[in-house]
Amino acid sequence: MSAAEASSPATMVPAVGTGQRQPPATSRRLSTRFLRSELKLIFGRRRNIAGMAVLAAVPIIIAFAVRYSGSRRGGGDGGFLSQATNNGLFVGLAALTVELPLFLPLAVAAISGDAVAGEANVGTLRYLLARPVQRTRLLAVKYLGVLIFTVAAVLLIAVVGVGFGLALFGAGPVTLLSGTQVSTAVGLWRLLLVCGYIVVCLAAFGAIGLFVSTLTEQPIGATIGVVGLAVISQILDSVSQLSAIHPYLPTHYWLSFGDLLRDPIATDQISHGIVSAVVYGVIFLAAAWARFGAKDITS
Amino acid sequence: MSSPVTSVTRDAPTEPVPSSAVAGSSAYQFAVTSNGLTKRFRGGQVAVDHIDLAVPHGAVYGFLGPNGSGKTTTIRMLLGLVRPTAGTSTLLGGRIPEDSQQVLPSVGALVEGPAFHPYLSGRDNLRRLDAADRTADPATCAHRIAAALERVGLSAAAAKRFRNYSLGMRQRLGIAAALLQPRELLVLDEPTNGLDPQGTREVRALVTDLAATGVTVLLSTHLLSEVEQICTHVGVMHIGKLVAQSRLTDLRAQTAQRIRVQTAQPDRAAATLARLGLADIARRGEEVTALVGSARPEDVIAGLVHDEVPVIAFGPVPVNLEDVFVTLTGEGFGVSG
Ligand SMILES: Nc1ncnc2c1ncn2[C@@H]1O[C@H](COP(=O)(O)OP(=O)(O)OP(=O)(O)O)[C@@H](O)[C@H]1O
Ligand SMILES: [Mg+2]
Repeated sequence: MSAAEASSPATMVPAVGTGQRQPPATSRRLSTRFLRSELKLIFGRRRNIAGMAVLAAVPIIIAFAVRYSGSRRGGGDGGFLSQATNNGLFVGLAALTVELPLFLPLAVAAISGDAVAGEANVGTLRYLLARPVQRTRLLAVKYLGVLIFTVAAVLLIAVVGVGFGLALFGAGPVTLLSGTQVSTAVGLWRLLLVCGYIVVCLAAFGAIGLFVSTLTEQPIGATIGVVGLAVISQILDSVSQLSAIHPYLPTHYWLSFGDLLRDPIATDQISHGIVSAVVYGVIFLAAAWARFGAKDITS
Repeated sequence: MSSPVTSVTRDAPTEPVPSSAVAGSSAYQFAVTSNGLTKRFRGGQVAVDHIDLAVPHGAVYGFLGPNGSGKTTTIRMLLGLVRPTAGTSTLLGGRIPEDSQQVLPSVGALVEGPAFHPYLSGRDNLRRLDAADRTADPATCAHRIAAALERVGLSAAAAKRFRNYSLGMRQRLGIAAALLQPRELLVLDEPTNGLDPQGTREVRALVTDLAATGVTVLLSTHLLSEVEQICTHVGVMHIGKLVAQSRLTDLRAQTAQRIRVQTAQPDRAAATLARLGLADIARRGEEVTALVGSARPEDVIAGLVHDEVPVIAFGPVPVNLEDVFVTLTGEGFGVSG
């Protein structure tokens, strides 16, 4: 990382002489002001609000479509959508399943791709760094912003799905994928686990986005690039001849969250998924840090 | 260059420069210094070529140079945004980039024009910058923002989105951001860009006011008149090199003094001046000018009277800094590639 991050309070410039130095900066090490400002920027931006509205619309559409489609085929085919008629919780799950391949990655890519490139593009990056904001701190705050947005987006889909699901279909015993019936409370708990797993997967994806964002001054370019990566990864994952590389694809374990809906929970794929996410996350955060720390800010 | 003025580069800072006086010592005499500061961009172009800046504490330092001469690149290096290819620099006695976290809170900067989030209001943009500053006291944030906006005459437009600001309003907001906290050093890259004459005057008055309170100002510009009006020191950039650096008064004193004679008979006046040994005699209409050289003006007047030249007016030619810079840069103020 840049030498700027290596400085310690010991190098503090003394406050004497011809210069009338301010009283030493009261170091508010744990201040969350900058993070809160970042969140305000993310959640206050019209583009992002519109994106979240789209994310939230999907479970609503699913709920109404299933409720009023008329043709009820019973639970025989085992799909989430048909399960919705048994219990409202499944609307949330169905919405997450539908949005995970494209909509959610798109949302995370929009925020993470914009993180550094967006500031560089409008020129605010140089003013943030000159305030000064340490480069490591800037990346940390930007990534925390991405994480919080990811949690918010996933929970938004789940909560809206469950809300509309319960309103239209009511609560009742939940039939898990393994056929076991559990109470609504246990079902909710399982749904929460699913949300957590999806957040972990998307957090790694967000780290990739953050890295790409440090490479360019074009936020849209970064976003498109990262979404393209997710799509290509899923396409490769569907080509059986390439099964040798499948475990290494960043999206490979995303849909394994279904294992959390068995009784008992099948931890095999899930734990692989978590390891994969952690490895991807660490590698790309480190790459972003190395890249951004040494970068000339000429925007 | 053979001109006598070039010597200012070496003689320039009144005291010998810095490197030892700065790091680790208890005081800083120079708010900004650099030592062999160089930037070669990846394309191979040397944008800044071994410059040794010395901006004395309390100075208003005009960093003058034509387009593309390397002013902004230098400022970016001073603020730690761009890594020098070679050389070192200090701000307020702290090394850059090692001590930037300690010194930069006391430095207000405007770099290559203002830049803000277009969909946030002016006030919200300042709030964001203040939130990023760990040394800023959140309790006084609103008050400081209001004061800074007031100072640049932007209070009425504080709630407007930045994207709807005019060019001059944007520039003012950039200056307000530099003034959010009490600073010891202001680094202003072309602060009057895009301002109307009124705004230009206001900004110049603002700089003068701040300087009067002891703030050091490093002001980059390509306007000679700006330097002449508000600066105490000047550094001249030309194709990446610092070709001159000096007090403004010293620079003026170094330029060869000319006298001018206004007369109905310029031919006779020119002949007299030649007889008195003045060099570089030039005639333009009824005016004759010449280098004074070692002659004393009173002797020149006596000679003109003696030769019965009908003198209408006599006096020194005002020192034209532009001529100085043309001499220094060889070609004046074109774009340097
Ligand atoms: N990122 C970059 N990559 C390559 N060359 C660059 C880069 N930034 C600046 N330069 C070059 O460095 C030189 C100096 O540019 P700089 O912006 O420092 O000039 P300046 O003195 O600020 O000019 P102006 O008065 O127009 O603002 C120019 O020739 C420019 O083309
Ligand atoms: Mg410039």
